[in-house]
Amino acid sequence: MIKLDSKIPQGPLADKWSNYKTQLRLVSPANKKKLDVIVVGTGLSGASSASALGELGYNVKVFCFQDSSRRAHSVAAQGGINAAKNYKNDGDSVYRLFYDMIKGGDFRAREANVYRAAEVSNLVIDHFSALGVPFARDYGGGLDTRSFGGVQVSRTFYAKGQTGQQCLLGTYSSLNRQIAKGNVTLYTRRDMLDLVMVDGKARGIITRNLLTGELERHAAHAVVLATGGYGTVFYLSTLALGSNSSAAWAAHKKGALFANPSFIQIHPTSIPVLNDYQSKLTLMSESLRNDGRVWVPKEKDEKRKPNEIPEDDRDYYLERRYPAFGNLVPRDVASRAAKERCDAGYGVGDTGLSVYLDFKDAINKQGEKVIADKYGNLFEMYEKITGINPYKEPMRIYPAGHYTMGGLWVDYNLMTTIPGLYSVGESNFSDHGANRLGASSLMQCSGDGYFILPYTIGDYLADEIRTPRFTTDTPEFEQAEKEVKDRIARVMAVNGTQTVTSFHKRLGKILWDSCGMVRSKEGLEKGIELLNQLEEEFWKEVKVPGTADDYNQELEKALRVADFFEVGRLMCQDALDRNESCGAHFREEYQTPQGEAQRNDAEYAFVSAYEYAGNQKTPVLHKEPLVFENVELKERSYK
Amino acid sequence: MNFKLKIWRQKNAATKGKFEDYNITDVSSEMSFLQMLDYFNDKLILDGGDPVHFEHDCREGICGSCGLYINGRPHGPLKNTTTCELHMREFEDGSTIVIEPWRSKAFPLIKDLVVDRSSFDEVMFAGGFVNINTGGAQDANTTPINKKISDRAFDAAVCIGCGACVAACKNSSAMLFVSAKVSQFAMLPQGKTEATERVEKMVAKMDEMGFGYCSNTYACEFDCPKGISVEFIAQMNREFFSAKVCSHKK
Amino acid sequence: MSKKGFSIASLSHKYIMAAAGAFLMLFLVMHLTTNLLLLAGDEGAKFNEAVDFLLTNPLIKIMEYVLFAGFILHIILGVVIQLHNRRSRPVGYHVTPKSGTSTFSRFMFHSGIIILIFLLLHLYHFFFVKLGLVPMYGGAEERHEFFPMLVYVFKNPWMVAIYVVSVIVLGFHLKHAFQSAFQSFGLNHNKYMPGIKAVGTIYAIAISIGFSVIPLYFYFIY
Repeated sequence: MIKLDSKIPQGPLADKWSNYKTQLRLVSPANKKKLDVIVVGTGLSGASSASALGELGYNVKVFCFQDSSRRAHSVAAQGGINAAKNYKNDGDSVYRLFYDMIKGGDFRAREANVYRAAEVSNLVIDHFSALGVPFARDYGGGLDTRSFGGVQVSRTFYAKGQTGQQCLLGTYSSLNRQIAKGNVTLYTRRDMLDLVMVDGKARGIITRNLLTGELERHAAHAVVLATGGYGTVFYLSTLALGSNSSAAWAAHKKGALFANPSFIQIHPTSIPVLNDYQSKLTLMSESLRNDGRVWVPKEKDEKRKPNEIPEDDRDYYLERRYPAFGNLVPRDVASRAAKERCDAGYGVGDTGLSVYLDFKDAINKQGEKVIADKYGNLFEMYEKITGINPYKEPMRIYPAGHYTMGGLWVDYNLMTTIPGLYSVGESNFSDHGANRLGASSLMQCSGDGYFILPYTIGDYLADEIRTPRFTTDTPEFEQAEKEVKDRIARVMAVNGTQTVTSFHKRLGKILWDSCGMVRSKEGLEKGIELLNQLEEEFWKEVKVPGTADDYNQELEKALRVADFFEVGRLMCQDALDRNESCGAHFREEYQTPQGEAQRNDAEYAFVSAYEYAGNQKTPVLHKEPLVFENVELKERSYK
Repeated sequence: MNFKLKIWRQKNAATKGKFEDYNITDVSSEMSFLQMLDYFNDKLILDGGDPVHFEHDCREGICGSCGLYINGRPHGPLKNTTTCELHMREFEDGSTIVIEPWRSKAFPLIKDLVVDRSSFDEVMFAGGFVNINTGGAQDANTTPINKKISDRAFDAAVCIGCGACVAACKNSSAMLFVSAKVSQFAMLPQGKTEATERVEKMVAKMDEMGFGYCSNTYACEFDCPKGISVEFIAQMNREFFSAKVCSHKK
Repeated sequence: MSKKGFSIASLSHKYIMAAAGAFLMLFLVMHLTTNLLLLAGDEGAKFNEAVDFLLTNPLIKIMEYVLFAGFILHIILGVVIQLHNRRSRPVGYHVTPKSGTSTFSRFMFHSGIIILIFLLLHLYHFFFVKLGLVPMYGGAEERHEFFPMLVYVFKNPWMVAIYVVSVIVLGFHLKHAFQSAFQSFGLNHNKYMPGIKAVGTIYAIAISIGFSVIPLYFYFIY
């Protein structure tokens, strides 16, 4: 029986981390050289972990599935990165950042972890700045900040709309430095397909060389997963197409608990699905709702073009339903309202799955130039993708799967329930509760990698200095490699009649309908059933061309999709188990009369951590109670 | 929409490649170029063929994975646009679309339209960083940086490492890519300290990787999906010159 | 690379190419200035004076060697760069590249080759005679008595055509070369580059027209 021990240090909230750091054991420089650490993933958290560990002198191996470590999907984050610098003298502090996050997460995150994330945020900004990340500056030469969704201070540092890219390239550069020094070895074009355990500890991984199909064994004293979220489970999401859950899932199957899988953020303003072959949803900044008005036609099956529809035939449903907040209602409300209209048959576009975001009134009132100054680049991007000029015709938008708050369960040390297996960044569950605030993912990822993991992993590795570097010629590696090989052979052998993508699309649709913006007991149960059926069909009907010992992009996809069936089921299971609405998790049965999320703190103030029980078997739920000593649990109210 | 596709097919580096002609029908003008290829591949797979391999990931123009040479231009006919951002409405119905991989000695072909761009990373390993350890940084606002300079550094830093500059250049030179990083760091006080060593190392590595020499034709700037200016090449020329002429002998 | 020295880096090629080219561009100005004296209508009296001055000035003598060095460097490097660049793309594109670049810039090597061939002809006409490698012609009595030789050459319509076409090609070469030299030395700045490009265009046109006028004058008017 697994016992969850979050290892949160005693003492006052503000002192926990600094006191704890002084008690963590150290590894001497001479011994560090003898210790190997594997880092999987080169996004913000992976690259920062690998470079920080390399700097300390550990012997690091880092893996990514892309052709270069610079392509990890952190690169696509737009808005910014939060830090409690208080450069604007607007009363910001570590405590306020902590409080905003814990409240934004609808009180489903650990106080101590969130406080620590806020605490190291300032170090992150200093470090990025020193790495030459060109953050926006004001005329005095100091760093500029802007305000971001739902908070009352200006604490978001940014580099135009490409903050993620600039931060990622910062971590990429620090990683490159360690590679050049020989402390870090980079393995590109590798998929981690299994975790290898020896005597109950994480001791290595099995990877597939994507170019040759060769299975490789890599051993280490500790393994760090920085493999991002599983949002591509929806098929259509704002994530990169290669983003996947397979590494985390392999760890889960080997005993790492998976926490809060149903907490997935749905972003309300994405460019909608334009055709049946859509592969990706591109985000449009939420700020557009400041000036744009959201509407759908009053009549179903409206055939007229948007500009031909007179005012009287338009339904500004957000303004109608939420007269106080209008178009500026919070993300989840806006997302759900759009879904409601489209489900009712009022959606626009060929697919009927989008709503209009109209700037006509704003342009009439403020002039085209003012609007262009505010949103010019977004309008351009929109036009590039859709071919529609938003100055002349309303935009079409729809919500899209975006970020997964859930992930591998980790303790205060960022270690999973498998000794020696760590999880950082989006791949762990730790800091965002049931809902993530804007600009806090870059902050958490780099904080984890640069300033938290390097301390906590030392405490574990201090016990490993007597473990000599070991070979991969052991029965454990043998066994793990064989399992992977069998799995690959199994998927190759199906040779059915449908493509991997067609399954992924259907899987995504099932999940989107059952475990998307609005969930219900009935829907989730049906979802699980449909997933089971689809999975069975997959193993009978999927067609993977080519061979396993070659560069085979379809095989890569097939292995990822095979895992997504299980991930999807766990999401549904968790959503089913959590009989309340909180943050991104909205259960139809649990809402206030006004349609707001109704939390149940008395029964559900805990982290759900699932233990794998075998495929298509009900996972074992473990609960880590959340203790709030410093904040008072309140209803998240926008009225 | 219907198209004739002429696609470079090559099983691997060891075998000889050739163009294959295909017809593709019922393409929606709303499809992105890569979605069109997905659609095409799905049909190919179901017909028992080998799908065309091409690289892609984020599909929003920022990761730099995608890179196809379409009808004589890297990333196709639009300016400031990556392949993944290109849509089929830009093509004439019924026309022939020729798709080739990036061609350069420094980008050896792997399969079909996939090339190995690790030479770019190698150049970065040579010096594309600031030598600072985690934890040693001072408060970010201790060093003020002129806004114009900082903005310019950003303009150089937007490079996505896709390799279009090399693909476009008649000499397959990597000057725009290398100069963007050299310039970004040379402009910022954080990177200035080691600007001399950096430019020397990165240029040496660039030469070693087999890229061609720059002859100032500026195709790179024209086809850079992020609109990076050749002024940064000039800046690197300047940096390298002063490194060679002014720096002390070791 | 630092151990192997200055000469092998790709960028060093650029500097030498640009420096030699810039020097040649200055030479062209001087050459044109002297040659325009031919149009004075004095049977070459002023021109001869200038030639005498140049032939007797020791500094010019030295500069002549520098000039040759400049030509040779520029030509050799041009060939080296071209060969290297061809090797950098062993497999070419099926579709002719459609990247928007100036035509002049894409064909610098080709225009260079044409100019080189022309240069050899030009040297045959007016330089090898001076060295005594070629017998005097056109009624000239001394090896540096260029005027009658030049009248002789330019009475041949083919020669006039070759000269005019060649200097126009030279103009195209210079059009790109002028701003390219600035770029190579890192002198590209968004404030000044438009001006530099404009001056370069004027310079290229002036050189082309200036040198074309002389053979045309001698063929049609003299």
